[in-house]
Amino acid sequence: MAAPASSRRPLWSRLPVIAQLRQSVGLQRGMLVTGLVLTAIFVLTAVFAPLLAPYGFAQLRGPDGPFGAQQPPSAEHWLGTTQGGYDVLSRLIWGSRTALLVIIVAVIASLLVGVALGLIAGYFGGWLDRVLVVVADAIYAFPSLLLAIVLAIVISGGQSSLWGGILAAALSITVIFIPQYLRVTRAEVIRIKSEAFVESARVIGAGHVRIMTRHVLRNSTRTLPLILTLNASEAILTLAGLGFLGFGIEPSAAAEWGYDLNKAMSDVTSGIWWTSVFPGTAIVLVVLGLTLVGESLNDLADPRLRKRAAGAEPVEDLGVDPGPAADPAMATTPETTKEGVR
Amino acid sequence: MTTTTDAPAARAGAPRAWAKKPGGSLGRYIAVRALLIIPTVFILVTTVFVLMRLTGDPITAAQGGRLPADQLAERIHEAGYDRPILVQYLDYLGAVFTGDFGTTLSDKRAVTDVIVTFGTATLELAFYALIVAFLVGIPLGRLAAFHRDRWPDAVFRVGGILAYATPVFFLGLLLKLVFSVWLDVLPVAGRADTRSELTLGRVDGATGIYLIDAFKTGDPAILGDVLRHAILPAVALGLLTAGVFLRVVRTNVISTFGAGYVDAARSRGVAERRLLRKHAYRPALIPIVTVVGLQIALLLGGAVLTETTFEWKGLGFQLSQYLQARDFVAVQGIVVVLAVVVAVTNFIVDIIAALIDPRVRY
Repeated sequence: MAAPASSRRPLWSRLPVIAQLRQSVGLQRGMLVTGLVLTAIFVLTAVFAPLLAPYGFAQLRGPDGPFGAQQPPSAEHWLGTTQGGYDVLSRLIWGSRTALLVIIVAVIASLLVGVALGLIAGYFGGWLDRVLVVVADAIYAFPSLLLAIVLAIVISGGQSSLWGGILAAALSITVIFIPQYLRVTRAEVIRIKSEAFVESARVIGAGHVRIMTRHVLRNSTRTLPLILTLNASEAILTLAGLGFLGFGIEPSAAAEWGYDLNKAMSDVTSGIWWTSVFPGTAIVLVVLGLTLVGESLNDLADPRLRKRAAGAEPVEDLGVDPGPAADPAMATTPETTKEGVR
Repeated sequence: MTTTTDAPAARAGAPRAWAKKPGGSLGRYIAVRALLIIPTVFILVTTVFVLMRLTGDPITAAQGGRLPADQLAERIHEAGYDRPILVQYLDYLGAVFTGDFGTTLSDKRAVTDVIVTFGTATLELAFYALIVAFLVGIPLGRLAAFHRDRWPDAVFRVGGILAYATPVFFLGLLLKLVFSVWLDVLPVAGRADTRSELTLGRVDGATGIYLIDAFKTGDPAILGDVLRHAILPAVALGLLTAGVFLRVVRTNVISTFGAGYVDAARSRGVAERRLLRKHAYRPALIPIVTVVGLQIALLLGGAVLTETTFEWKGLGFQLSQYLQARDFVAVQGIVVVLAVVVAVTNFIVDIIAALIDPRVRY
């Protein structure tokens, strides 16, 4: 068991994800590592898309003339070409960029708005809190894809350019996520608000803003990495769903996997598999990667589900971590995890 | 899709645990819960209305560019879209309150009529999907819990996550490719063959639920045809939910398995298998009730995609048709009705959960 002196480890090992990685063992570590590797491949592909892709996402002809439509995989086109005559591999690689952009915009926007609202609702309480919670509940109960459709209509009118499409998808996802961040943050804030250190800050005469940002907010972020990863994977699914229903981004503006799958629907009936299997697999792998990370974080945060390294077993039922794990970033009680994932 | 986060959500067991206060009778809980439907539905109707009006009026959206400006203005005036937005809103609220969700622009049908006609197909699909989810998710979740942290657990859990990670429409396309095109054993799309559909349409007191209507015809060939068409869509949509069930059952069995009363039973010499089957498994099923409720929203969203993939002529398929026709009156109507359905279903599920588990009360 670690001595109290070592409870403050170097910064890098206290960062979310890395901390959990160190903490995990066996199967859980395997799942976390697989998730991280898949996610890393996805991010790297998105960043280096221009270098990796053999052709442009809207390129229809090479030096030897047009690519031709629905060509099976060959040396020139490793994954074949689509009904529209695009190179499947290139659209696959460029598509990761669109997906990553949507995730970034959606997660940042919902994090900022959701956490801010949750902080205000939890800290001040009263009628504002009630109204926010009822509204959040109503939106949470709503089939999210339908809400996304409505928002996509509002934002882009259905047909979109690159940024129009990305914003439409990202903002529709944002609205769906805000209630989740609001709930989690609010629950944490309410818990922390009654702690002694907040009380003492108030006694010293700190203002609301200072207490909220310095004392409460900093201590209420521990479940956020978990929701963040789960939401990132959900963002991809929503983007693909919108694209599949025809609310995607125009093929000449950007590559988007859901749109490609929509166009591949008729190919499937005639036995052309490469136009649907590859973009679909890309979605599955990215969502799988992000979900594995989220799942592992969730399990590691829940003492009932966490598997421990040998020697650290006996404290199972206390819901408290031994030694170094008593770091607030990791020791999450079952209650907050429940709140967290709602 | 709130999809996933729904999934672990289930662990919460109690909906709105944050609002839970000690005490309170069941009657009071039901009353409070029923009253909560009103603001929920009101907020949803308002949200959808405001959002849809932000884009302008539906007539311009549908006809814009195709009609000369004066005709367009005339039609907008006829439909009342040139009135102040507040008047339109109150008008709309009044209409919704009396069960009138408007008339579609593209085919001039009452939205309620569209919903009655196509809703049954969606209901049928959701029902099949839930059966698949129960049959696959619950036993596998139990097995995964029993073999916790050994390879079967790993396989099932990754399977569960895969089921979640695969978009329903991609799974649908894969199933079509394998079973309809390559193996040629199941139909590609639709709810029944054209011949069966004609017969089903003539059934006395047709319900629109093909399974029931097929039973009424008494013709095993038609029944078989209807079921064969249902397999792929049901599996595509059901596996998504099955993955969620698997996770919930696994987590709950694991936590009940570590409970004191199970330890007590073990010390009395009850066999491990019996412990799992009788002591740990049954209480672990209670949260499933809540999960089913949360899944309704997910199922409806998934149904839109599944129906589009399989040309299953239900509400979701119809919705995507109206979307393509840019008929936003129809879209708004269908979305609002689905939202109401979800709100009411959640209410019913919460009540059932409260009846089963006395801890789930306000």
